Amino acid sequence: MDAILSEPRVDRPSAPATPAVLAQGVSISFGEMPALSGVDLTIQHGDFVSLIGPSGCGKTTLLRAIADLVQPSAGTLLIHGAAPHEARLARAYGYVFQAPALYPWRSVARNVMLPLEVMRMPKAERVARAARYLDLVGLGGFGRKFPWQLSGGMQQRVSIARALCFEPGLLLMDEPFGALDEITRDGLNLHLHRLWRSTGLTSVFVTHSIQEAVFLSTRIVVISARPGRVVQVIDCDLPGERDLELRETPAFLAIANRVRAALRDGHSYD
Amino acid sequence: MTKAKRIAIRILPIPTVLLALLIVWYIAAIFLNADQAQSLMDPDAPQGFAAVARATLSMDRPVLPAPHQIAASLWDSVFGWPILSPRNLIYHAGITAGAALLGLAFALVLGIALAVGIVQLRVLDRSLMPWVIGSQTVPVLAIAPMVVVVLGNLGMTGVLPKAVIAGYLSFFPITVGLVKGLRSPDPMQRDLLHTYAANEAQVLTKLRWPASIGFLFPSLRVAMSLALVGAIVAELPTGAQAGLGARLLAGSYYGQTIQLWAALLMAAFVSLAGLGAIALLQRATIAARGGRL
Repeated sequence: MDAILSEPRVDRPSAPATPAVLAQGVSISFGEMPALSGVDLTIQHGDFVSLIGPSGCGKTTLLRAIADLVQPSAGTLLIHGAAPHEARLARAYGYVFQAPALYPWRSVARNVMLPLEVMRMPKAERVARAARYLDLVGLGGFGRKFPWQLSGGMQQRVSIARALCFEPGLLLMDEPFGALDEITRDGLNLHLHRLWRSTGLTSVFVTHSIQEAVFLSTRIVVISARPGRVVQVIDCDLPGERDLELRETPAFLAIANRVRAALRDGHSYD
Repeated sequence: MTKAKRIAIRILPIPTVLLALLIVWYIAAIFLNADQAQSLMDPDAPQGFAAVARATLSMDRPVLPAPHQIAASLWDSVFGWPILSPRNLIYHAGITAGAALLGLAFALVLGIALAVGIVQLRVLDRSLMPWVIGSQTVPVLAIAPMVVVVLGNLGMTGVLPKAVIAGYLSFFPITVGLVKGLRSPDPMQRDLLHTYAANEAQVLTKLRWPASIGFLFPSLRVAMSLALVGAIVAELPTGAQAGLGARLLAGSYYGQTIQLWAALLMAAFVSLAGLGAIALLQRATIAARGGRL
């Protein structure tokens, strides 16, 4: 476990040969119902990859398969070169759910400490980590509050701090801002982008918002309607440091239009 | 609305109901005791309504004692004797409450163990739950003498058989409430621990148990009342010399209706004290959880 925790965050220039996530011909079905079929995907270290597609296309299912929360029925799936099950046991990823999923009986700081407790980290270190990561998501000083005293956006930031605090090599996010209002969502997108810029943490982000995907990502994976297939992988080579104003620029809109076209193609596959 | 008015609205309903109850009680006492009172009165004395009514409210063994007689008896049996005297009602209440508390402790241990077993092991869910439910269909009045006889043969007398019967009666709401509580976490909360590769024991201690606390308190209230009923019922067939059950039994044997009612009221006070203690515990728990259960 110590090896995982002390593993340095790898930036793209020095990326090792083993990809962060490698999927080859991954198919997933629930009983007779196919959810994903033949997905090939490579995610490099330091990438911010968005999975975008219509509702029910299996993008969440793909993320859950990476997290070992569902099992592929066919194909190969490797996380840091290991099977998802082993990656989960090695605590290789942090997962942010659609809802904050905070435990209401725990204070904000103790919610962030939850994974550290499970991993049996000494108390002093737990307290220090919780304070550091709450600071990182802009919630320093809120540690003693309880979840119900925070707004939805703040709660989701707590859940991001909780996913980051044990310093995993991979961050998986499942429509984390889907339930929030537009302005809060903009603010959190900017915050998440700066967080990713400063840490270089490999991230996989599920969304159905084109704008969100283009703003955050280095690459966008467009998935078709059920059963989900990868329609197209679009490189998102916008400048490194991004601002919300970027969304009005022609370069941004051009990429957004390509994503929209790919999504439309995906729909017609039905 | 003024502050005084608001306080009045909050507090007034209780004395109002009490007053209505007392009036109905006095009227009932006069009518129920009238025949007996008349037969006991000096036939030469005047027998108007006022005289009969006065007589019905001051009998030694009325059919229905008047509230002030019960209050006087209660006062005398609590303050008129040393606390360890068998004539002091507090002494009897203490004995019964002790058995009920020990029984509640048994019920908690058994109830928690059963609930955890049922939630963690599918086999136990299938095999134990029907027995848990079935156990409550057997009347406690049938079980109590058998428990007393069997434990008595094993050399266990006094508080233990009573606590066993109280525990038998009160583990059920704890088991049922906790099974529901331990199963209350949603899939997302469980998936979260799964992503940390938490083991079953950690899922239990970090998620299932804290999530079930909110379900525990209502169960505890029901269990507390049942434990007291169990302890009192257990004192009936044992021929116990002490305890509220013994007082109730003696009161009904000898037609001491005033003593009977005083013991009954004392049992209600013990129950209220128990509920109050649980309410305090709940308040402390809520405070420790930042204001919500």
